[in-house]
Amino acid sequence: MSAFSGLTGFVLRRAVGALATLLALSVIVYVVFYAAPGDVAQITCGPRCSPEQVHQVAQQLRLDDPLHVRYWHFLQGIVAGHDYSTGTSVEHCPAPCLGVSYQSGRQVMDIITAKLPVSLSLVSGAMVLWLVLGVGTGVLSAWRRGRISERVLTAVTLAGTATPVFVIGLVLMIVVCGEFQWLPFPQYVSLTDDPEQWAWNLLLPWLSLALIEAATFARLTRAAMLETLAEDHIRTFRAYGVGERSVVGRHALRGALAPVIALNANNLGSAVGGAVLTETLFGLPGIGQELVHAVDVVDLPVVVGMVLIVGFFVVVANTVADVLFAVADRRVVLA
Amino acid sequence: MSAIDSAGDARTDLVEVTDLSVEFGPVRAVDGLSFRLGRGAALALVGESGSGKSTVAAALLGLHHGTGARVRGSVTVAGTDVQRASGEELRRLRGARAAMVFQDPLSSLDPYYAVGDQIAEVYRVHTRASRRAARARAVQVLERVGIPDAARRSRSRPHEFSGGMRQRALIAMALACEPDLLIADEPTTALDVTVQAQILDLLHTLREESGMGLLLVTHDVGVAAESVDEVLVMRDGRAVEHGPVAAVLRAPSAAYTRELLGAVPRVDAPRAVTGKAAEKAPGTGEVVMAGEVVLEATGLRREFGRGGRALTAVDDVSLTLHRGETVGVVGESGSGKTTLGRMLVGLLQPTAGEVRFEGRARHGTHPAVQMVFQDPVSSLNPRRGVGESIADPLRARGERDEGRIRRRVIELLERVGLEGAHYDRYPHEFSGGQRQRVGIARALAADPRVIVCDEPVSALDVTTQAQVVALLGELQRELGIALVFVAHDLAVVRQVSDRVAVMHRGRIVEEGPAEEVYGAPRDAYTRQLLAAVPALDPEVAARRRAARREPATA
Repeated sequence: MSAFSGLTGFVLRRAVGALATLLALSVIVYVVFYAAPGDVAQITCGPRCSPEQVHQVAQQLRLDDPLHVRYWHFLQGIVAGHDYSTGTSVEHCPAPCLGVSYQSGRQVMDIITAKLPVSLSLVSGAMVLWLVLGVGTGVLSAWRRGRISERVLTAVTLAGTATPVFVIGLVLMIVVCGEFQWLPFPQYVSLTDDPEQWAWNLLLPWLSLALIEAATFARLTRAAMLETLAEDHIRTFRAYGVGERSVVGRHALRGALAPVIALNANNLGSAVGGAVLTETLFGLPGIGQELVHAVDVVDLPVVVGMVLIVGFFVVVANTVADVLFAVADRRVVLA
Repeated sequence: MSAIDSAGDARTDLVEVTDLSVEFGPVRAVDGLSFRLGRGAALALVGESGSGKSTVAAALLGLHHGTGARVRGSVTVAGTDVQRASGEELRRLRGARAAMVFQDPLSSLDPYYAVGDQIAEVYRVHTRASRRAARARAVQVLERVGIPDAARRSRSRPHEFSGGMRQRALIAMALACEPDLLIADEPTTALDVTVQAQILDLLHTLREESGMGLLLVTHDVGVAAESVDEVLVMRDGRAVEHGPVAAVLRAPSAAYTRELLGAVPRVDAPRAVTGKAAEKAPGTGEVVMAGEVVLEATGLRREFGRGGRALTAVDDVSLTLHRGETVGVVGESGSGKTTLGRMLVGLLQPTAGEVRFEGRARHGTHPAVQMVFQDPVSSLNPRRGVGESIADPLRARGERDEGRIRRRVIELLERVGLEGAHYDRYPHEFSGGQRQRVGIARALAADPRVIVCDEPVSALDVTTQAQVVALLGELQRELGIALVFVAHDLAVVRQVSDRVAVMHRGRIVEEGPAEEVYGAPRDAYTRQLLAAVPALDPEVAARRRAARREPATA
């Protein structure tokens, strides 16, 4: 370990940790879904299958193999890809292969690559909005503490936390698209096809997802700001005639950012798979919708694959956040 | 427009405070205080905690504006009427003409920015200099306060600096705009005594060179004696006594000043109350220890961390403790004295060596060896009544009878000078000194033979400190308890100890009877420590400062 000191070593250690976390996650997800009770072969084959047909399906899906053998096979697929039989022909699933859907026979990776851009579009735009809105209101309400403007902001953010996403989204759609017809009803357009239409169509989904999240960020930022504003070094800069804008924006905000970065990492990762309500409301064909559907029809390879992809984003976002902490505050590396 | 710039006018005083009162809600922190400070003069506000001295310092810069505190009277600093000045006028005063140095040098700097950048920022606020010019100025003032390799070190963040260097950096920030007045609020309280001496010397040199005025806020009469021309003794927000430093310290006129000075432990005075062990060998001057050995540590060693980053906190330390005697363990921060104390009690396992209690080797804690901790706030559970905390050792011993427990706890409370009725009160209802008494009662509950006190009085005011020290001595004489007194304060250790061990970098560099160690120190480090202790006499202080300066220039 001593060969990698300082920031490089820290990043390497975090990367190894992230990989280990993902591996542990894959074991848990795999065991939970595949060892769960319920006759997967029967469900996959359909209610009218004969016992012979069910047996055939079970063999084709290798459901009779012991769990650890199947898991090992699954891991091999991710690293090296593997061939599989569709009953009539032999197909190749290239690495990283997450398996094949029981229902549609499509490769899980193909399904994910089709849905992922939608989810990432939604989440990335919403993140920019929730950070700007949330951190902005948080800083303002901490700075204006005790005044009327702060109470109004607190009331608004509280209302934001309490309102379900489908209420905000629905109201936005009715007002903006229905009543005033400022925008057409949202319909997903790929970023590569038409960037302008992409943004216009995603504006309402971004807003409704961001408004909910922004409320949480505003409250967190406010609390963290109040804490740093009470610290000794803030007093130092005030006592040296440094302007209030610099004291709040440069010194207090910098100290308050750590919990914001941490929360953002978690929310960013989980929103990739968790924005089901927003996706459903605005008819966006994202990961969340597909995941719910796959759980409904017990399409285990799709469920496992998607949970792992979502987990991948959560872990990557958190690792990036850790590295950002370390860059911002070198004492982290020493700890 | 009363706050006309008259900074250049040499006839006016630098600071004029008239009938200043500051109220926080119902509490009147400062009550009708008036004083003046001439250009280039130095005044110390001396008082115990709660006397209002820091509030005065903050009022000089108008730091109470917009905090809900009620400030009355008039304050004029370097020509600015602080009470009536606008926000912009105050901003121009702060840092540029009157700069403040705070107590805790770690928390007073922003951990996220390089030290040099923080100084440059302050400089730019007041001068509109370019970024490069401001950086150059930062390096220049860091050099001025004696930071070696200032250009490189200016890019370090505060955590990469030692405590003394951080305080130097804060002083550099204060110097950046060449202020007329330096306000130093307990500038050396968080520092070791050798570092304290360096910082006080630095302040002195800077004052000589730049002619700036100094307002020093301190609880430590010795620090005041080292640094200023005049002292103003404060109590409960009022001035008790005000005069030239030598006159006030030599012949105090107010009763409170006499009480305060009487309570200050003197490093040059022999022990006032002697313990049992020493009484048995009167006048011989020899180390005759009549009592049997209760605690014996041999070859103690403790490492923290592993591999290349391992740190040896205590290295081959042996210590013997006789019945009824007090052994003082003195050293600066990082010397390993607290680690040693914890190993003696059994809270820490030694990496090597052993602790024998009454002749038997021991692992882990033993009810007969108790500890009193430094911080009387955090060492008591805030959510439990103090009686319950004191009862813990009794319950741990297996006592089940609630009536007996209550009677014993009340007895202990009364024994340490509190009241039995305090049983159900919570720690926040007590003062610092009273909380430390609770801590002592808790240690006594297990009928100990040995009590290890880790900095038991360092968080207390001198008058309270004197009372707690007296209590410990009294308990020792009555109960025959052996004490290990771990502290950084050389004077306090001398006041309580029969024998003293001086620790430096994990080792005991000198050990012997207190009179010998203090009267004729053999080790160079001990001599250095003793020379750094502030003298209560300004003339002695000046002589010592000159002595400290010589080897540095030679």
